[in-house]
Amino acid sequence: MPWTRDQMAARAARELRDGYYVNLGIGIPTLVANHVPPGMSIQLQSENGMLGMGPFPWEGEEDADLINAGKQTITTLPTTSFFDSAASFGMIRGGHIQLSMLGALQVSEKGDLANWAVPGKMIKGIGGAMDLVAGVGRVVVIMEHTAKGETKVVRECSLPLTGTGVVNMIVTDLCVFEVGPDGLTLVDLAPDTTLDDVRASTEADFLVALQ
Amino acid sequence: MSVRKIHSSARAALADVLRDDMTIMSGGFGLCGIPAALIDAVLESGVRGLTIISNNPGTESMGLGKLFKTRQVRKLVCSYAGENAEFARQYMAGEVEVEFNPQGTLAERIRAGGAGIPAFYTRTGVGTVIAEGKPLAEFDGKLYVQERGLKADLALVHAWKSDTEGNLVYRMTARNFNPMMASAAALTVAEIEQLVEPGEIDPDHIVTPGIFVDRLVPLAQVDKQIEQRTVRRRAAVVEE
Repeated sequence: MPWTRDQMAARAARELRDGYYVNLGIGIPTLVANHVPPGMSIQLQSENGMLGMGPFPWEGEEDADLINAGKQTITTLPTTSFFDSAASFGMIRGGHIQLSMLGALQVSEKGDLANWAVPGKMIKGIGGAMDLVAGVGRVVVIMEHTAKGETKVVRECSLPLTGTGVVNMIVTDLCVFEVGPDGLTLVDLAPDTTLDDVRASTEADFLVALQ
Repeated sequence: MSVRKIHSSARAALADVLRDDMTIMSGGFGLCGIPAALIDAVLESGVRGLTIISNNPGTESMGLGKLFKTRQVRKLVCSYAGENAEFARQYMAGEVEVEFNPQGTLAERIRAGGAGIPAFYTRTGVGTVIAEGKPLAEFDGKLYVQERGLKADLALVHAWKSDTEGNLVYRMTARNFNPMMASAAALTVAEIEQLVEPGEIDPDHIVTPGIFVDRLVPLAQVDKQIEQRTVRRRAAVVEE
């Protein structure tokens, strides 16, 4: 049984540490916020200019001036601070955010990431992804293992890159890879998923060190 | 009190400024904190051939999106353009020129432009198409790409509150690109939700000092849009 989107988020949440400042990308990474362990202090950064992001507002309490990077209405917390976009990316580029979790189109065995453009299709733009992977110390990609039957865990990215050698961990619906100097190491498997299942869906080579 | 900077309407504030082929910075992130009334005045003026610097091009019918519908924009410098179908059509058809920037690079280019810094080096984009054709340099064993500061003829910003001097305060995430843009143009016009007397804003709370703001347009009404309305639903109250 592959992990569901929510289970992938829960698995990725195990990478959180007390006191971390964390940026969560749009899609499955956003769900990680629902899995912060009780008692752990995590401050979520939203790159449009906010630290200490709260949950969605109660119906009727939405405020057009209070949104996250996905343009969704959100709320403040007692710890919230606001700042401009230059300060926000100063935090990111300056290495002050400990962990970035984001989606991907492809990840290579060297930790190269492609997540913003498909040639021939409408390019929506880069957003904050290139700054995040360039500046944040630990980058966790959360994505489906395959798309339309094609693997997204590749030897070399064929799509335009977001960054080179920037990914530290890949969480997919099938498994978890650590990315190190020797390439990929499989460290976790979804329930009832076999090594052969992962090999059949993965172009990149990988070592196995299940924890 | 001085009313030197205050203009009665967005149209009046921009009447002697707008011209074809000019470069305009426009604040906001998505539709949050955009200078909607000033954009409408640009629309009504009919000026064309504009270069627009903004994080996003609005949506099809809101914000800067209106200027794409009327074909007033020649070039867009932005970081993300995923929420405007008409812009997408023009872009795919090659009818509008687009320069995509990493969001933090765009923000820093504008900050640099306003601070008199012609260029800077960043790790962002090294090894990607963003770095192609740009000077690279190694610092402390790591490779960086040179990015240029950005300036504009005109900056349009939206602020929550201002005194008559143009000292601006923003509201929550509507701040975003507005403060840097206010500093980076030959002329900055701010539309404001509230105009107050000097002294009513604690000087410690001012985000954009009035030196960066040339003209003020107090808004009679503010029409703010939400792109993605996400809510928690209250559990139904069960009456015994």
